[in-house]
Amino acid sequence: MEPLSTIEIILRILAQLTPTWIALVATFTISMTYKRRLGLYGKLFDSPIGMIGYGLVMFWVFTAIFGAFDLIVTHDALTQVSGMKNKVPGTPLSGAEEADYAYYLLGGDNLARDIFSRVIKGAWVVVQIAPLATLFAFMVGITLGLPAGYYGGRLDTFLSFTANLILAFPVILLFYLLVTPEIVATGIPSYMATVMFVFPIIFVCILLNSRYHTQPKIRTPLLIGVLGVLIWLYLSLISEAGTKVDIVPNWLDGFNVPGGILVVFVSVVFVNSPTVFRIVRGLALDIKTRDYVAAAQTRGEGPWYIMLWEILPNARGPLIVDFCLRVGYTTILLGTLGFFGLGLPPESPDWGSTINEGRKLLSIYLHPALPPALALLSLVLGLNLLADGLREESLKD
Amino acid sequence: MLTFIARRVGVMILTALCLTFVVFFLTNLFPNLEKLAKNQGNQRMTDEQVVQWLENRGYLRAMPVKYGEWLGVLPGFTHEDDNGKITGRCIRGDVAPEAAPRFCGILQGDWGYSTVFKDGVASIVAKRLGLTGWLMLIVMCVMVPGALLIGVLAGMREGSKLDRSLSTASIVTTATPEYVSGVIFIAIFASSAVGLKWFKGTATSAMDDITFANFTLPVLTIALYGMGYIARMTRASMAEVMTAQYIRTARLKGVSFANIVMKHALRNALIAPFTVIMLQFPWLLNGVVIVETLFNYKGFGWTLVQAAGNNDIELLLGVSVVSVFVVLVTQLISDIGYVYLNPRIRIS
Repeated sequence: MEPLSTIEIILRILAQLTPTWIALVATFTISMTYKRRLGLYGKLFDSPIGMIGYGLVMFWVFTAIFGAFDLIVTHDALTQVSGMKNKVPGTPLSGAEEADYAYYLLGGDNLARDIFSRVIKGAWVVVQIAPLATLFAFMVGITLGLPAGYYGGRLDTFLSFTANLILAFPVILLFYLLVTPEIVATGIPSYMATVMFVFPIIFVCILLNSRYHTQPKIRTPLLIGVLGVLIWLYLSLISEAGTKVDIVPNWLDGFNVPGGILVVFVSVVFVNSPTVFRIVRGLALDIKTRDYVAAAQTRGEGPWYIMLWEILPNARGPLIVDFCLRVGYTTILLGTLGFFGLGLPPESPDWGSTINEGRKLLSIYLHPALPPALALLSLVLGLNLLADGLREESLKD
Repeated sequence: MLTFIARRVGVMILTALCLTFVVFFLTNLFPNLEKLAKNQGNQRMTDEQVVQWLENRGYLRAMPVKYGEWLGVLPGFTHEDDNGKITGRCIRGDVAPEAAPRFCGILQGDWGYSTVFKDGVASIVAKRLGLTGWLMLIVMCVMVPGALLIGVLAGMREGSKLDRSLSTASIVTTATPEYVSGVIFIAIFASSAVGLKWFKGTATSAMDDITFANFTLPVLTIALYGMGYIARMTRASMAEVMTAQYIRTARLKGVSFANIVMKHALRNALIAPFTVIMLQFPWLLNGVVIVETLFNYKGFGWTLVQAAGNNDIELLLGVSVVSVFVVLVTQLISDIGYVYLNPRIRIS
């Protein structure tokens, strides 16, 4: 068979991405139709920059999800096909069977794996980890930042000192210290996970308790239900057979996080939380001087109610914008980890590792390194544009 | 002002102590020590041999004691083997055990000995810092004026076409981490596949002789990532200043637009970016690690990766002390400079 020409490659990739296009068009049509009823999210569709950003982000989210269901990928991301090593984009698959996709759309890497499929699978790694890790970092930052800003005093001094301490570390040094197999063997990342993942539970618990503590009839069953689910999730997440933290019997352990991911997750949350803490603390310091906080204090509301139901909702604008930026930053951090070969297993298709592998042959073969690099660039760009659009729209009110 | 600086220096020393202890603690955990022993001795050592090796070199004692020795507040470790030969932390090379100093820690100016490079940490760090210093210097020379220019041009007429395009460009650069832009630059400008070959894809030769061909790509790669951020800050601050009353007054008086920008707006608009530029130093350090690895320029960042990858405890501590020092000093300078630039802030 003849190799594909550039135009054919592009057309075939576009065709391969059909599910993503359908999902994107559906999302945009529905959102545009009902945009007046959707609050800040709907207003996003008034700003062209925000729309482009949202489009880029959703493109990768859909691609990653469909890729995880094996809809878009053409080959297995780990299978090596003999004769396909470092082949240029559009090369026909050597020894193809009936059922196989006949081409390597973006060529093969130095281990003869299909680059197109690896990039799609790599998106799933990012889409799984980045938003969730950022969310956790926000929970930690908010749970510690609100009291630090609201109460001030010793607590604030201590927490701020700790946050600055972590921030004074060069990020890469921190990664090298936390994400090596030796440190994983000591169990430190698992213990850190055990401590850090408590914060979301504390957060939700205080959030609900401060809202409903005057209505015990609603509060007690609600808290029991929510806490039960959360604690089960927490235990399943941190406990893993064969590591230091193995406290839950197997029948109760709902799911296991694949090797390396938990460590990467913990270190990314750890690096992000101090910055979120500083932002939340700053916002809390600013907002606690407002009249409505004084009014709530006069009403006799408890401090946690004021922090979580008066201060936090009024700080949401900057926090949402920062969330988008921070997901992008987390994506960059994940790439950095992959680039230095830390944490994730070496055959993992995530973008950082793929770039790292591809760069070694960069002066001869461009095609293994460029697609993941451009993918990462477009996703982070999308998130930054989205944040920009959100900021502009939220400033308009 | 003096008490302010004194307090800040106190906090700095406390931070540095905490940080080095954390690094010390993590590098001295047993699995890390085992790796060190196997790297230094041989890979096929049995567990007993590993323990013996570590024992002879004093690695298996209590953590605070070892940390105290490294600091130089406790006397150095000595060990006498079966033949009566005395080895120890402070006994290096041909120095007789009796002539060696009792204390040899950072307080005595002794930074320790690198197990990977077989050399004193102080000399390694000094040499590598010198190399990175050149890189940083040129990056700053490119990045700061470039970013300020872009920011001022974009911010002087908010909402104009120039503003839109420059702002978008800055967003793109902030979305491009060094390992992405570096790869793209090498692909376009240095690979034989595209064939431009204007620059070199490695900067190894720049360690002896910096030329345009071997230094452009690393400098550009680091500068680009930081540039967008500073430019956006400058733009925001410039746009705010341009709406101020005194600018309107100047315009109504008939001052030319160029004059307004140069004489009235610029000075006030540059206060905020100053802090941002100073705080950019720690971020540059990250970029330096990535770029030095990517371009194989054996400077400070490269040393960090080597030290961390091989669990070279004392070199890693030296590297962390320097980088923490850089971070904290830039924070201090940015705070002090901010006070001088902005007369509205007074430190009580």
